[in-house]
Amino acid sequence: MSLRTFLPAVLVALVAVLPMMAPTTQVLLTLALAKGLPVLGVIVLLHAGQVSFGHALFFGVSAYAAAFLARVYGGGELISMVAVGVLAAVAVGLVVGIFVVRYRHIFFGMLNLAFSMIFFSVLEKFYYLTGGSDGLPVPRPTVAGFDMERAGFETVLFYLTLALCLVAAWATHRFLCSPIGNMMRTIKTNELRLEYLGVSARGVLLVGYLISAVLCGIGGALMAVAQGVVTPEYVWWVRSGEFVFIAILGGSGSVSGAFVGALIYEAVRTYASAFANDIWKMVLGVVLLGVILYAPAGVAGLYAQVMDRCRTRPANKTVDEDQ
Amino acid sequence: MMGIRNIAAALAMTLMAGGAALAADKPADLKVGITAFLSGPASIFGQPAKAAAEMIIKDMNANGGIGGVPVKAYYVDEGAGGEALLAEYRRLVQNVRADVMFASISSGNCNKIAPLAEDLKILNLMWDCGTQRILEEKKYRYVFRTQANAAPEMLATVLYLLKTKPDFKTIAVVNQDYAWGRDSWHIFHTALKAMKPDFKVVAEFFPKFGAPDFSTEISRLQALRPDVIFSTAWGGDLETFVKQASQRGLTRNSTFILPLAESSLQGFGKALGAGHVVGGRGDHYFLHPEKKNNPDFKKFVADFKAKTGAYPIYPVFHMSQALAALKTVYEKAIAANGGEWPSHEQVVDAMPGLTFAGLGRPVTIRSDGQGIEDQLLGTSVVVDGYDFPLMDNMMIFDSDVITTPVGKLSADWLKTLTPAFIDRVPVKTYSR
Amino acid sequence: MTLQLLALAIFDGVAYAALVFLVAVGLTLTFGVLKVLNIAHGSFYAMGAYITASIGGAIFAAGFSPWLAFPLMLIAGALVGIVVGGPVEKLLLSRIYELEDVLQILVTFAVFLILEDVQRLIWGGQPFFESSALQVLGTVDVFDITYTVYQLILLPMVAISVLVSLRLFLRRTLMGKLILAVTEDREAATSVGINAERVYFVTFVIGASLAAFGGALASATTSVLPGMGADMIVLSFAVVATAGLGRVEGAAVAALLIGLGRSFAVYLWPEIEVLVPYLIMLFVLLIRPEGLFGTTHPRKI
Repeated sequence: MSLRTFLPAVLVALVAVLPMMAPTTQVLLTLALAKGLPVLGVIVLLHAGQVSFGHALFFGVSAYAAAFLARVYGGGELISMVAVGVLAAVAVGLVVGIFVVRYRHIFFGMLNLAFSMIFFSVLEKFYYLTGGSDGLPVPRPTVAGFDMERAGFETVLFYLTLALCLVAAWATHRFLCSPIGNMMRTIKTNELRLEYLGVSARGVLLVGYLISAVLCGIGGALMAVAQGVVTPEYVWWVRSGEFVFIAILGGSGSVSGAFVGALIYEAVRTYASAFANDIWKMVLGVVLLGVILYAPAGVAGLYAQVMDRCRTRPANKTVDEDQ
Repeated sequence: MMGIRNIAAALAMTLMAGGAALAADKPADLKVGITAFLSGPASIFGQPAKAAAEMIIKDMNANGGIGGVPVKAYYVDEGAGGEALLAEYRRLVQNVRADVMFASISSGNCNKIAPLAEDLKILNLMWDCGTQRILEEKKYRYVFRTQANAAPEMLATVLYLLKTKPDFKTIAVVNQDYAWGRDSWHIFHTALKAMKPDFKVVAEFFPKFGAPDFSTEISRLQALRPDVIFSTAWGGDLETFVKQASQRGLTRNSTFILPLAESSLQGFGKALGAGHVVGGRGDHYFLHPEKKNNPDFKKFVADFKAKTGAYPIYPVFHMSQALAALKTVYEKAIAANGGEWPSHEQVVDAMPGLTFAGLGRPVTIRSDGQGIEDQLLGTSVVVDGYDFPLMDNMMIFDSDVITTPVGKLSADWLKTLTPAFIDRVPVKTYSR
Repeated sequence: MTLQLLALAIFDGVAYAALVFLVAVGLTLTFGVLKVLNIAHGSFYAMGAYITASIGGAIFAAGFSPWLAFPLMLIAGALVGIVVGGPVEKLLLSRIYELEDVLQILVTFAVFLILEDVQRLIWGGQPFFESSALQVLGTVDVFDITYTVYQLILLPMVAISVLVSLRLFLRRTLMGKLILAVTEDREAATSVGINAERVYFVTFVIGASLAAFGGALASATTSVLPGMGADMIVLSFAVVATAGLGRVEGAAVAALLIGLGRSFAVYLWPEIEVLVPYLIMLFVLLIRPEGLFGTTHPRKI
């Protein structure tokens, strides 16, 4: 195992055991990981050069679907809630996706924003159904039929989230390496060439769009269960902006960037609001500026750079010895 | 910081040496976590409440703290968003080991926190939020509310309206489009319909929260000319609405019913004018007719004005009640424990039935955790010497009659009221 | 709906549209030239409002004439444009024109976050309300309904004069022509010797000043409070996208469309009021992806 893959494995292991040593980090980590999933969705689209300022839509659709399911059945089951959330996100993703894949760049971003803001307004308007701005409570669901206390449930939820994130990261990585993933990248570099090959760029983008909706869906349902409540805040445009923010922070080029970014973001935000509660927005803004100006490839990019340097240095040495 | 702690610890040791043998677990300080909006539009409530908490705690600690233990407050910004709030709440309970939590201003946040507090087994005083649903829909052991809720607040407003302007025919509503705006109108409308069947709702507007402009709504209202216009808006929204309405003469044609206007009186300036109904979510008013000559009350109001530049508004009163509840419940639990420092569970046990007084009339906690807090409303009046409207023709309603009985849902109970109910509610009337 | 109500809805819609246009036009101008969608535009709007309301409140309380509010608004607009907008362009944006548009938008998002807290540190959380400018102009009765002269007459007139002067500036002055040239084709303009950096700077300052001026005008009608910038920016985006990015006249039409749509919604179906801007934008973009007045760019092979 090379150093390059060894360190991330250590990081995953560290995240997995951290809650045992510091129990209060468990929920924070769950929330950060759940947020990493929609960020991964944003990264998928970034590979096609498109940025969505409305991906909180699918995050929110899934969260509300899970909450409704729990309400209809008077309590809920974790697994079915996540499943239904993802299904709802895919359904909405298909409808919205068919429209928005016809657009590129700013228009793509703005249309996504418009759809998410409409959903936001609907959540606030249809108060008697959605609870308006107070949102809907999500009672603690059963896990595979078992009723659990909060502490046990949170542990289960954390490891489930971690497992889902690993699976999602692996699957997304495979997708991006597949032929269709390569075609996504062609949309960014030269879309017309793709069309000349007889491939529908819209079709390709729609596939990517649906995958990103699935990722948002998993994250949204997990977030709803972890927080115990869903509110229209889930869909607000600032949250969509947050996802893009984290994607850039972590590094839009890589799958691991989503989760590293989410962990860093959540830590900065929590501690900034705890210890600098007057200026936490400013802290975030400065961090973001620093990343874009000095490390545009994000944390994952920095890591790759450092690794490259570690590898080239000994290589140079051997060259010297040869001479 | 450590110095104070050491001194407090030394003090505790001394007390222990001379006092009861089992007082060893008396803590160095009593940690209270307080959530409040320190940023965002609702910081107009959170910032004065925080200032009040600092003043009251300082005063408390100067007078021996609670049972000899000084109070130490930790503040959390509700404006930082749901996740940050919950994370910070947990951090205070689990890492800092807060003894009591006060949460929160927003009803949405109370919804999030109440189940969490119950699971964490931490005493949580809902010190300001108004939704009646939380305690009506579920039984909590650790969650209490140290003030009234939306139901008695709106019911008192209906009663005041029916006592002062019983013959109105038409009403319009302009509320913020979020849970409070919708809920409060629903409660008000249900209660009004039960006690006065013959009126007509001519317009229902729910402009979005934080709307910068009500011009179109005001044009529409001028065309409709309703007798009364009801609005539970607050903060910048309420100020904007009232000022835009006054600029265009709407305040001269219709009577405004503003159950939260006490918190904006100083911001209205000359805009509101005389003759409109003003409420303050409880018996909260810096010229409280029963308290304004009380020296402690006068001193607090003057100190608060000196510290913040403004007169206290209802969140300040709510904060004083939560802190009074804290002090009283510990004293009650200490007494019940034979003078020794109580366990957390003993403090929680002492909460139901507790009576305490903040800056207003005394409040009692019922068996379901709900506080019984009397309600003061008045009519706006322009007075020399103040550059903003004051209240006249004030009525204070006794709340044990107008609070939804234990075990009933407000939405159902309000429907059972009849016109005869109006005269059954004990009320005291004061003029300026 | 009677004729009277129809007229009232139109008045309300036009007054609202005027204010929205003033903010959106700066955004679209900036985008046309710099090709950066500036989220911090909402912060400039809020700062213009804050400066006017706080300084106005102080000087009127000291007994100065309320008519001073009008020059104050112009000064506040220019001040924010130069003192805040200028450095943002020079120190930040000028370094990112080569980056992907995602990163550019995020830089402005970061500026927006920072400025939000700057506003709160300077002006605190309490709302400001300073309407002397509106009160000195008095009211006027139309169909038995009282309107303020400020909203019914002044705001639309200011909007029209800004539109006309921008048009004249862009078509008749050298700087304006340079801006148009850079808007049409950045590379060609630079190759004939136009100093694109200066054009960017001037355009950005003008755009920021217009936003701040819009905020200054709005401050007479509304409470100035934290968060007002965030709301305005989403609305302006809707206007700009509906109009077609970079289209100045288009922004006027789109603002009017959205303003009227909103006021008719209040009269006919109040519940959908907040949805109107987005519905209009969706509807327009679904039919004309480049916006009402936008042009399609030929794609590079």
